[in-house]
Amino acid sequence: MTLSAREISWSAGGTDILKEVSLTLETGEFLGIIGPNGSGKTSLMSLIAGIRKPRKGEVFLDGSPIAALGRRAVAQRLALVEQQAETGERITARQAVELGRTPYLGPLSPWSPQDDAIVDAALRNVDMGHLADRLWHTLSGGERQRLHIARALAQESKILLLDEPTNHLDIGHQISLLDLVRRQDRTVVAALHDLNHAAMFCDRIAVMQGGRLVALGRPQEVLTVERIRAVFGIEVEVEQEFDGSCFIRYRARRRQPRPFSAIAAVGA
Amino acid sequence: MSRVLTLAGRTGTGRVGAVLAALLILIAALWLGAAIGETAIPFKTVAQTVANRVWNAGYPLQPIDEGIIWSYRLSRAVVAASCGAALALSGAVLQSLLRNPLADPYILGISAGASTGAVSVAILGVGAGLLTLPLGAFIGALVAFVLVSLLAAKAGRGTAAIILAGVAGSQLFNALTSFIVTKAATAEQARGIMFWLLGNLSGVRWPDAWLAVPATLLGLVVCLWHARSLDAFTFGSESAASLGISVRRTYFALVGVSAMMTAVMVSIVGSIGFVGLVIPHSARMLVGVRHGVLLPAAALIGAVFMILADILSRILIPGQVLPIGVITALVGAPAFALILGQRRDRA
Repeated sequence: MTLSAREISWSAGGTDILKEVSLTLETGEFLGIIGPNGSGKTSLMSLIAGIRKPRKGEVFLDGSPIAALGRRAVAQRLALVEQQAETGERITARQAVELGRTPYLGPLSPWSPQDDAIVDAALRNVDMGHLADRLWHTLSGGERQRLHIARALAQESKILLLDEPTNHLDIGHQISLLDLVRRQDRTVVAALHDLNHAAMFCDRIAVMQGGRLVALGRPQEVLTVERIRAVFGIEVEVEQEFDGSCFIRYRARRRQPRPFSAIAAVGA
Repeated sequence: MSRVLTLAGRTGTGRVGAVLAALLILIAALWLGAAIGETAIPFKTVAQTVANRVWNAGYPLQPIDEGIIWSYRLSRAVVAASCGAALALSGAVLQSLLRNPLADPYILGISAGASTGAVSVAILGVGAGLLTLPLGAFIGALVAFVLVSLLAAKAGRGTAAIILAGVAGSQLFNALTSFIVTKAATAEQARGIMFWLLGNLSGVRWPDAWLAVPATLLGLVVCLWHARSLDAFTFGSESAASLGISVRRTYFALVGVSAMMTAVMVSIVGSIGFVGLVIPHSARMLVGVRHGVLLPAAALIGAVFMILADILSRILIPGQVLPIGVITALVGAPAFALILGQRRDRA
C-alpha cells in the first residue's frame, strides 16, 4: 500500500489553499500533519483521500492515479475520519460502525456473518463493545470519536486518515485516542493541533504553512525553536529526551505590569 | 420492536415473511378502499368482483356493484396506494440525501414545479404535442429542484436555508401556475385545474393506475438499489464519499427518481402535501433508520395512509368529496409541527 502526492495544488473561491505539496507515506508509519489554522491541513487530507480533485498535480494510490480508481476501490484501501462528523439520525453506536462495511456491500453482496464479526472486533478494539446498543446522540464526544475510528477500522483499509481526531476531547481522551490509533497495524496520517502529541506519537511530522509543506521529518528534526516560532509565532523551549523524543514547553509572552488602579478595581 | 424488525429484515426467512406481511396489509387496505364508500358493499362482493374481472370466475353480481368496485373504487384505491408510496419514498430519500428532516417534494417546491410543468403542457401546449402531461411535470419538477438547490446554496446550505429556498420556489411556481391558468384557460378548465391542484383522486381510472403503479415500482427498485448508499450519507456526503459512494451519481439517480415519482403523481392527482414529509418519520420510528428496511416500510405506510385518507375524503361529508390534499394536510400539518418541536429539543 503506497500513497503519495505529487505537487498537488488546490484553490477555493480564487484563493490558493494548497501549493505544490508533495508527500509520500511510508508503510506502517504514523505521520502527523501540524500547522496553524488555515494552513491547508484539512484540504490536504481530503485531497489525499481522493474526495477532492487537485487543481494541479496528482495523488497516487498503489501506483495508479487516485482519480482513476473507483470510489469503492479507494475506500477499501483508505479510510478517512473527518473533523466533527455528526448526525441527527437515531442510529446506534453499532450501526455507526457498520457503515464501515459499505465499500464491501452492495445490492448483490449483502451483509454477512463475517461483517458482523468485523464490526464486533472493531467495537472491542476501541473499547466500545459495552455501549454498542446506545443511541448516537446519548454518547459523549470522546465515545463518538472512538466510534468514528472503529468505523474506519471496520473499513479494513491499510491507510487511516484522521483529520484533527482529538478536537474537543479532554486531555485524557486525547491521549488514549492517539494511543489507540498507534496500536493499530495501519499506516496513519493525522492532522494534529498539539505539538507535544505530535512529538509523542508520530514517526514523522509534516509542517504546513500557508498552503505549503515547509518541513517533513522525524519529530526532533522538525520541532525546533526557530521553526515553531516561524510557523506558529510562539516562543517555546524544546527539551530533547535521552530516548530521542522531545518535549515542547510553551512560554507565555512577558506581560505588561498592570496599572495599580486596575488591580485596585479588581480587588474592590 | 425496531430491533426485532431490523433482525427480521436480515435473515432470509424473516425477509420473506416481512414481504408477505406487507403484501397482506396492502391487500387488506385496498379491499377496505373498495368496500367503503357512499354505498357500503360487502367484502365478499369485492372479492367476487376481482375474481370475475381477473380470471372470469363468473360470480353472479349486480352489474352496478361490480362497476362501482372495479371501475371506480378499486382503480382509485390502487392509484392512491401508488401515490402514497411514491411520495413517502421521495420524502424519505430526500430527507436522507439532504440530511434534512423537513425535506419532502412538496416543501422543496418539486410538486409546485411539476404542477407548473403539467399546466404548461395542458393549457399552453408547450412542447407541441411531443410532451405528455407527466413528462411536462417531470421537467417542471427538475427545474424547480435545480432552482431551489441553487437558491439554497446561495443562502448557505443549512437546514433552514433549504427549506426557505423551497418556500420561495413553491411560491414562485404556484404563482406561475395561477398566472398560466388565469391567462390561458377557459373558466371551466380553470375550475377543474384548481380542484386538481389541491390534490384530488376523483376521476381516476385504470389507465392512470397503469402509469402510477409502474412508476412507483421503478422508483422503489431504484431507491432500494441505493439503500446502502443512503445509509452511508448518515454522516454527510464527504463521509459517504470516503465510504466508497460516488456521491454525484447517487445524488443524480435518487433526485431524478424522486422527481420522476413526484411528477407522475402530480400529473395524475395534483400536488398532495405532507405525505412525503410525515410518513418517512413514522416509518423511522417503527423500523429504525436503515434504508433497506426503512424504504419499503415508508412505501407501505404511505400506501395504506393514502388509501385510508381517500376513504375519509369520500365519507366525511355525505354527498360531497373532499380533495384528498385537504385530509393529508389536516393530518400532516400538526405532525409537521411536532417534528419542528422535536428538532428544537435536540438542538
